[in-house]
Amino acid sequence: MDLFEYQARDLFAKHGVPVLNGEVIDTPEAAREVTERLGGRVVVKAQVKTGGRGKAGGVKLAGSPEEAVEKATAILGMDIKGHTVHKVMLAQTADIAEEYYVSFLLDRANRTFLAMASVEGGMEIEEVAATKPEALAKVPVDANEGITDAKALEIVKAAKFPAELHAQLVEVLKSLWTVFIEEDALLVEVNPLAQTPEGKILAIDGKVSLDENAAFRQPEHEALEDKDAADPLEAAAKAKGLNYVKLDGEVGIIGNGAGLVMSTLDVVAYAGEKHGAVKPANFLDIGGGASAEVMANGLEIILGDPDVKSVFVNVFGGITACDAVANGIVQALELLKSKGENVTKPLVVRLDGNNAELGRKILTDANHPLIEQVDTMDGAADRAAELAAAK
Amino acid sequence: MAIFLTKESKVIVQGMTGSEGQKHTRRMLASGTNIVGGVNPRKAGQKVDFDGEEIPVFGSVKEAIEATGADVTVIFVPEKFTKDAVIEAIDAEIPLAVVITEGIAVHDTASFWAYAGAKGNKTRIIGPNCPGLITPGQSNAGIIPSDITKPGRIGLVSKSGTLTYQMMYELRDIGFSSAVGIGGDPIIGTTHIDCLKAFQDDPDTDLIVMIGEIGGDAEERAAAYIKEHVTKPVVGYVAGFTAPEGKTMGHAGAIVSGSSGTAQAKKEALEAAGVKVGKTPSETARLARAALGG
Repeated sequence: MDLFEYQARDLFAKHGVPVLNGEVIDTPEAAREVTERLGGRVVVKAQVKTGGRGKAGGVKLAGSPEEAVEKATAILGMDIKGHTVHKVMLAQTADIAEEYYVSFLLDRANRTFLAMASVEGGMEIEEVAATKPEALAKVPVDANEGITDAKALEIVKAAKFPAELHAQLVEVLKSLWTVFIEEDALLVEVNPLAQTPEGKILAIDGKVSLDENAAFRQPEHEALEDKDAADPLEAAAKAKGLNYVKLDGEVGIIGNGAGLVMSTLDVVAYAGEKHGAVKPANFLDIGGGASAEVMANGLEIILGDPDVKSVFVNVFGGITACDAVANGIVQALELLKSKGENVTKPLVVRLDGNNAELGRKILTDANHPLIEQVDTMDGAADRAAELAAAK
Repeated sequence: MAIFLTKESKVIVQGMTGSEGQKHTRRMLASGTNIVGGVNPRKAGQKVDFDGEEIPVFGSVKEAIEATGADVTVIFVPEKFTKDAVIEAIDAEIPLAVVITEGIAVHDTASFWAYAGAKGNKTRIIGPNCPGLITPGQSNAGIIPSDITKPGRIGLVSKSGTLTYQMMYELRDIGFSSAVGIGGDPIIGTTHIDCLKAFQDDPDTDLIVMIGEIGGDAEERAAAYIKEHVTKPVVGYVAGFTAPEGKTMGHAGAIVSGSSGTAQAKKEALEAAGVKVGKTPSETARLARAALGG
């Protein structure tokens, strides 16, 4: 889960990373009072989860409360790379002499954590990595040893920070590491990490990404979710505990296992090339034990998607028994009917693996006018695409 | 031969007394796995009956090894406690730990992986968030169904459980030497490369099938390894061509970030290394057949 800048700022402050005071607002009028409280001069910053805000006009200086209202009015509602600005942060201003970069992140390739640091801050770090790789220090961090004084100094020296800043930077890195560990983060990045003319170090802007698998020990993280931005179908699926991602096609997909469902999307997209370029409408993994209830929940979400023209249920029974899946489909359709829903979208079902014959027989015996069985994954994808194109 | 797991393997189950652990211990026993014990400190000394077969419960992995000579542990412990369970296995220096549990916090995986390294990597870790591995006809450590396929000469390594089953099913008439599900988390123990190396060295494997998916650059690194070190034919499959950028697709590690981790890049890297890559699982199976001359 990626956070907004103001949420990152809050977590930095909580763990002792030096930041400027700031407050987030969602109406322009609120800017007046907040600006007065922050000393009369602020930076108004669009809160969107994408880069390049400055270039898009989403970051403006305001020298008075009136000007802050004016800037907030202009920025709220703005579209930045497809993200609508619903909130702005007003932050105190600082004079900046130098802009640096520091981050901690997960290094998947080396199966460890990595510190990155550079004296070339302020621009996208990918750009620094591409154009001046020698200016970006990368130092592996042992997950169990963490950031000691010595390790922090190693990073600071590797990045060739000025010697007079070393002591201060070591403390900043230790605090930032605390954010990384205590919050179960996958990324904590400060860019720019500024040096003021007086030689003080400040985190001006930051990014934090949190590990959702750590939710069991991070009860406060749920409140950081951006519920407004979630697709309504994704939000409904999440409330039902389903692993669902909305896509922009017409063939609804239900399958078991992340890999098989991803593969199903691809196979449907290939099949769709022959059928009016129809595409998969979603990712939905019903996981291991596909009970009738899980199937009903999944079907309800997918049939509730107005873009969906046909549905492809693709199950390879490993642990999952196909007879349970088949019963789930039949019961799901009955359940939806009893709720008064008029289901008219055709379902193409492919069952293989554990108890597949039993499952197929259940569907054959049910003789439901909307259910069609096809034996192979490729054949079923083709049929589902064909049905979607015909609608 | 086969890789990592044979009929000689003596397997214990951490979390055997839990519901998932019991269910899968029963299935592993039914598929011929030599299960010599379970681990649960609160139930040490008890026995669990699996359809007439009594499996003893030990207080720790160390005790289980001392009593039985176990050399493989399969871990079904819930995600909150998985890190401690893996660290216990590493401390006991068991040669192979198969971590089935899904939903483990990445910091926990990073921590036990670093710990294994600090202890000299005496324990091979497979997983987490994986279906385990099977050597058909010999032993099964995890949750892969054993009745899909038979012993044969294909080695399979995959990030995905159900795609492993699908591929084993498509090629069931040829059969497999071993199939390893390495898991789809951002950090995993055993990698594609570890399995490629083991299959290359395994005299019972003639062909390697490698299944990848979006996220990270494990497939690209595997491609570089294949180019340098693998002389056996390799057939590949990559899932997730249609996955949008920035969305996690089921597996915690399955995410395209910016331009990195795309299926297209992985496919191209594998093809540049001489790997034939199928567009669908069925086409991949056809390529595997062709590579075996059948």
